Amino acid sequence: MAVTSAVREPLVTGGKTIKDVSHDISRQVEGKPTKLWWMAMAVSLALLAWGAYACGMLLWHGIGVWGLNKTVGWAWDITNFVWWVGIGHAGTLISAILLLFRQRWRMSINRAAEAMTIFAVICAASFPGFHMGRLWLGFYWALPLPNTFGSLWVNFNSPLLWDVFAISTYFTVSLVFWYIGLIPDFAVIRDRAVVQGNKIRATVYNALSFGWQGGAKTWMRYESVALILAGLSTPLVLSVHTIVSMDFATSVIPGWHTTIFPPYFVAGAIFSGFAMVLTLLLVTRKVFKLEDYITIYHIELMNIIIIITGSIVGIAYITELFISWYSRVPYEGYAFYNRVVGPYAWAYWSMMTCNVISPQLFWIKKIRTSIVATFVLSIIVNIGMWFERFVIIVTSLHRDYIPSSWTMFYPTWYDVGQYVFTFGIFFTAFFLFAKFFPVINMAEVKSIIKTTSEKQ
Amino acid sequence: MEKESTKKIYWKGLEQLSNDPEFVKHAHNEFAPGPEEDLGHSRRDFLKMMGFGVAAVSLAACEAPIRKAIPYVNKPEDSTPSVANYYASTYTNGGDYCSIVVKTREGRPIKIEGNSLSSVSKGGTSAQVEASVLSLYDNARLRFPRLGENRKATWDELDMEITDKLRGISLSNGKIVIVSNSILSPSTKAVIEKFKAKYPTTQHVQYDQSSHYGMLKANEESFGTAMIPSYDFSKAKVIVSVAADFLTSWLSPVEFTKQYAATREVGENKKDMSRHYQFETGMSLAGANADYRTQIKPSEEGAVVVQLYNLLASKAGVSTINGGVDKPNLKKAADDLWNSRGNALVVAGSNDKSVQVVVNAINDLLGSYGSTILPNVPVNYRQGNDQAMADFVKEVNAGSVAGVIFYNCNPVYDHPMGAQLEAGLSKVQVKIATSYKEDETAALVDYIAPDHHFLEAWNDAEPKKNHFSLAQPAISPIFKSRAAQESFLIWAGETNVDYFEVVKSNWKNWFYKSGNFQTWWDQCLYNGVLELPVEASAVSFAGDVAAAASAIASTYKTGDGFEVFVFENGTVGNGSQANNPLLQELPDPITKAVWEHYVTVAPADAKSINFKEAKTEYYTISINGKEPVKLPALVQPGQTPGTLGIPLGYGRTKAGKVADGIGKNVYPLIGMVNGSLSYNVGGATLQATGERYQIATTQTHQTYMARQTVVQETTLNKFSKADWKREFQPKVATWKDPNHKVAPGELSMWKGHEYKNHHWGMAIDLNTCIGCGACVVACNVENNVSMVGREEVINRREMHWLRIDRYYSSDAEVHDVRGLEEAAENPEVVFQPMLCQHCNNAPCETVCPVAATTHSTEGLNQMTYNRCIGTRYCANNCPYKVRRFNWFKYHDNRQFENVNPAMNTDLGKMVLNPDVTVRSRGVMEKCSFCVQRIQNGKLQAKKERRPLKDGEVVTACQASCSTGAIVFGDVNDPESRISKLLKISPANPEKPFGIDKITGNPRAYQVLEEVGVKPNIWYLTKVRNKDSANA
Repeated sequence: MAVTSAVREPLVTGGKTIKDVSHDISRQVEGKPTKLWWMAMAVSLALLAWGAYACGMLLWHGIGVWGLNKTVGWAWDITNFVWWVGIGHAGTLISAILLLFRQRWRMSINRAAEAMTIFAVICAASFPGFHMGRLWLGFYWALPLPNTFGSLWVNFNSPLLWDVFAISTYFTVSLVFWYIGLIPDFAVIRDRAVVQGNKIRATVYNALSFGWQGGAKTWMRYESVALILAGLSTPLVLSVHTIVSMDFATSVIPGWHTTIFPPYFVAGAIFSGFAMVLTLLLVTRKVFKLEDYITIYHIELMNIIIIITGSIVGIAYITELFISWYSRVPYEGYAFYNRVVGPYAWAYWSMMTCNVISPQLFWIKKIRTSIVATFVLSIIVNIGMWFERFVIIVTSLHRDYIPSSWTMFYPTWYDVGQYVFTFGIFFTAFFLFAKFFPVINMAEVKSIIKTTSEKQ
Repeated sequence: MEKESTKKIYWKGLEQLSNDPEFVKHAHNEFAPGPEEDLGHSRRDFLKMMGFGVAAVSLAACEAPIRKAIPYVNKPEDSTPSVANYYASTYTNGGDYCSIVVKTREGRPIKIEGNSLSSVSKGGTSAQVEASVLSLYDNARLRFPRLGENRKATWDELDMEITDKLRGISLSNGKIVIVSNSILSPSTKAVIEKFKAKYPTTQHVQYDQSSHYGMLKANEESFGTAMIPSYDFSKAKVIVSVAADFLTSWLSPVEFTKQYAATREVGENKKDMSRHYQFETGMSLAGANADYRTQIKPSEEGAVVVQLYNLLASKAGVSTINGGVDKPNLKKAADDLWNSRGNALVVAGSNDKSVQVVVNAINDLLGSYGSTILPNVPVNYRQGNDQAMADFVKEVNAGSVAGVIFYNCNPVYDHPMGAQLEAGLSKVQVKIATSYKEDETAALVDYIAPDHHFLEAWNDAEPKKNHFSLAQPAISPIFKSRAAQESFLIWAGETNVDYFEVVKSNWKNWFYKSGNFQTWWDQCLYNGVLELPVEASAVSFAGDVAAAASAIASTYKTGDGFEVFVFENGTVGNGSQANNPLLQELPDPITKAVWEHYVTVAPADAKSINFKEAKTEYYTISINGKEPVKLPALVQPGQTPGTLGIPLGYGRTKAGKVADGIGKNVYPLIGMVNGSLSYNVGGATLQATGERYQIATTQTHQTYMARQTVVQETTLNKFSKADWKREFQPKVATWKDPNHKVAPGELSMWKGHEYKNHHWGMAIDLNTCIGCGACVVACNVENNVSMVGREEVINRREMHWLRIDRYYSSDAEVHDVRGLEEAAENPEVVFQPMLCQHCNNAPCETVCPVAATTHSTEGLNQMTYNRCIGTRYCANNCPYKVRRFNWFKYHDNRQFENVNPAMNTDLGKMVLNPDVTVRSRGVMEKCSFCVQRIQNGKLQAKKERRPLKDGEVVTACQASCSTGAIVFGDVNDPESRISKLLKISPANPEKPFGIDKITGNPRAYQVLEEVGVKPNIWYLTKVRNKDSANA
């Protein structure tokens, strides 16, 4: 019997030619901003303004404007930090790991996912900054810079310092990776601008593309750099959230002091990252009419990753519960008992519902190929992942060892404002990106379309 | 002319040549007049004036003759900037007394500590005493004498007017009344006598906020003299207290705390302790420390006492009396008392003469007189006469009082008839107050002659017969105040009005015997106390018990409605120091509430309130014939159902910005029963208003969740067995085999520090700690801890470095985690001082990204504020939750001006300890083991080229602790007190300076031992003198 390989689903539909690709994607950059874009931008800027006010008040008055207290020293700040960092995982995962695994379906989504990663990491990094009592000193005292204070140096034992390194490295590599991918596409826009006779755009994009000429040698180097960066980023995808999880895992607080955290956090990060990529792409796809490039097939594949990572996270939750009982450590036992039935049980059960139960719906093909269901569930997953971090941070802290210090945490409007601030940053940056940068990697997509530049 | 023309003329100037008359006039002067002279000021004049000015200013600053405290403009010979000076003095506030040592820096009193030379207070202090140093710098103090409404006057003006008016009254034979609280000072009393001699129509009326008039009358009836004897709890093996909170407010708590703690100490050589029964209504500090606590209603106090009498009388074979009510533990108490005859003590808080007569009879039966009660050493703490005070108010209203002088008292606020007094005062022609603040009473008078704060004044005190204590100024008067005694003398037309001279000559006349007087006097000043022998004398009980019993039976009847009891709490007390934020923000020892006034309600009566996070409602308490009081309810485990407890000391209206407007004044609720004030009233109704409220408390979780790693306790019969071991000793299984278990401290991945020199440690005895909170205030004052106010406490952000955790027991099973959250109906209470444990493996140190918290070479966990960037990771990772974050800028910030004047007002800032940094916003802080004191001790030893001796470094909390529950010292030194107490030795003899130390004291344990952070604080297991654990 002859072996026949199945015909693969085309990754780009609609019989797009190379010219179509250039045109469809560059069109967004070249055209005037639409009314919809202006509206979206206005909302984003409004969020940013509100958030900036909250930040200003925070800086002016002190951390006391938040709802933290003597027992709960971290709450929304670090919850949001971990949440954003988690979201920032998908981009690199898609561009690096999937590149190494030659998953070509990633090509039409990696650009936006990487952009999202970078913006999410910026948002994430704002929290360790703003949560410091003395930001004006902390932002450089936390770096191992030579100084005039004598032998004063940072504390390399501290997981917070590891965070500084992990996140800054991750951010730098992601940014470089993303930008290098953008260079040929900038060149395409420049070339089109030259043809269209738009001198300003030609100059700007020429500069952005570093004068890319597209020679075979350049392409070869480009490919090599991409591969090297992919190799560099791959361990980072795993390391960043591993290190973030160590903020908790290396502590002595019941509910934090857990060896399961690194893999559990990484899985959670990919889980939330993919959900966020879906949320954004479903909108972008619709708004920029990119249905042929980001197909149901893409969405389905991403949903499958969500089922897998969601299930890993679910198993982690159950393992934690089991170990807290099995270890017979009373504080550990109480910490988890308190999570499940204590005053923050509502947060725990929100987390369980959103993260463990809801992704299981994707086992049903109809749901995982439904745009609406995917969109709703992608948002639910991110709500769940926010609660996961809240549950870990707040419910562990609010009742730890000494019962006299047990207390509740109530957020203030400034906690909310700080969160809104990062949404402001994120969406403002994302909409600017969507307008001025090619949202799909044209160069790569051109390599996976089935046709030549001739119309069939 | 020709001849003349040949003669050469040399002229000095054109003026000489022309030789005009103006020139001739000045020609004989050496210097020509300059333009300055024309203005009338020459350079010389300027120098002259300046010279005179400097001399005059310096002379003025000298205030010759120098006998007052000197302003710090001139450096005194015996003090050096940055080196503290200490002065022995005396704290008096009404009848409250404590012999103290005042620490001054650069001429400013900054800390008060107990004077251990006094055999009365024995070096103990209380929260009020510790806090009083801030009252010196109260912004509400009067800056100058006042005449009429708000008119600033000079002392001469004031004296002239007052003398005139008083003379007028005297001539017309009008009555003058001096109203005061109990006066402890014999010299002050002598001054008042002089005043009376000048104005013979003068009457002196004393009253007390917490009256003991009933006791005075009972003792008069029982023994013939109206006095209150000394009590010696230290001799008592069995103590029965019927509603007397002798650790907070009853008579002399500082003294009793010390004595009581002595009976509660246990050790390897002392395996017995006193047994303490408490019969009371609300949960008091004494009740919380009792071995057996029985809930009774206020109306049953008399019946309980009668019952106790009858139980003892039948043992003694004396005829019993009518009445009595059986209560749990009463029979047991009687048995124990009888078995410890001669070492037993019964006290009662009631202010009713008949109750106290029966109590006297009981103590007589038990042979307490001469043993635990010393009638030959009467005390002067409470001399108030309720009847005289009530008569005075009536006379004022009848218009028969012509002049009144309120000597440092505030009856309009703190006397039950204050409102009537206020109404009647307009009928008094001359009204004078000597208060140092314009309080509720002083606001109504014509003349305010502000007295000094006690830290600015000379005075003396005789708290007990022949036990004298001197007060000397520790600072020159800050404002234009004047000793009230001097005012009295001036108004009396005396010539020798200097009160210092008066005190000195009195002491010379009264006590000085032989030798050089100045040497003797200096010694008295240095010691601060003078104690003369007291003759022994026996008393015989002659009271009529049967009559008292029938009076009790007819007075107390349980009626309908709630029974209200008002009491002094352990923070603001009677309210006289309410404007002190150190007291307002001191968590109430029992309820842990701060800045709050509330009504305590038994859980059974408050079923509708879910008291989670201290969220509650306002209730209206109505009593027949009294103004209804609206207060939030606080659910108080242990309180007798059907009763309501309301603390006194709140509802101030003219105390100052700190206290005004907090709560309601409940002095008016106090009634009059059988001629003395009654702090209990029946027939009240409690009406929910539906108005929501959250009470600010520093602790919202009430039980310790059966976590024996936190609190360990046992009973005396278990403890007294030779092989007693702590029940909870965590062990960790190792990989070797399941049965190989070791103590958690034996396992470590770390090499551990080495402390080659000192290794500081602390031992805290849970058995002697009574939870009063004096250490908390002492710590706040010593370490410049910010007060943050009610709102921020609700946000759970109080800054205290040292807190007293108060836990109630729960009736639930150990595994019933939900049930354990609820306190028992009548719970056992345990107090646990909690502060930075200075862990050897400190979890906070490893997590700080900038190494702002590090380990010292002496075992201290240090906090470098300058380096802190405020990530709060250290606080999160602290298992003891003792780290405190500066959420806001608490100093120089208008927002905190009223609650934290010590860091926000120029006057208040004088109290700050210059050795301790005022922390800025955004940094973490915590207990430093008073590192500034350690450093000071080490420097002192270094200067004297000798090793540091044990006991030279005393932390502020240790110094303030009347019970001696806190012992601090060097655990590397085998001879130190702490090493001996803990029987400490290096775990590994090869590493004598290593962190691992083992203790031989079976009671010693470390909180959260199994976490492996290896604290440097050991707690000593609490021992309850009970027959069984749950009884």
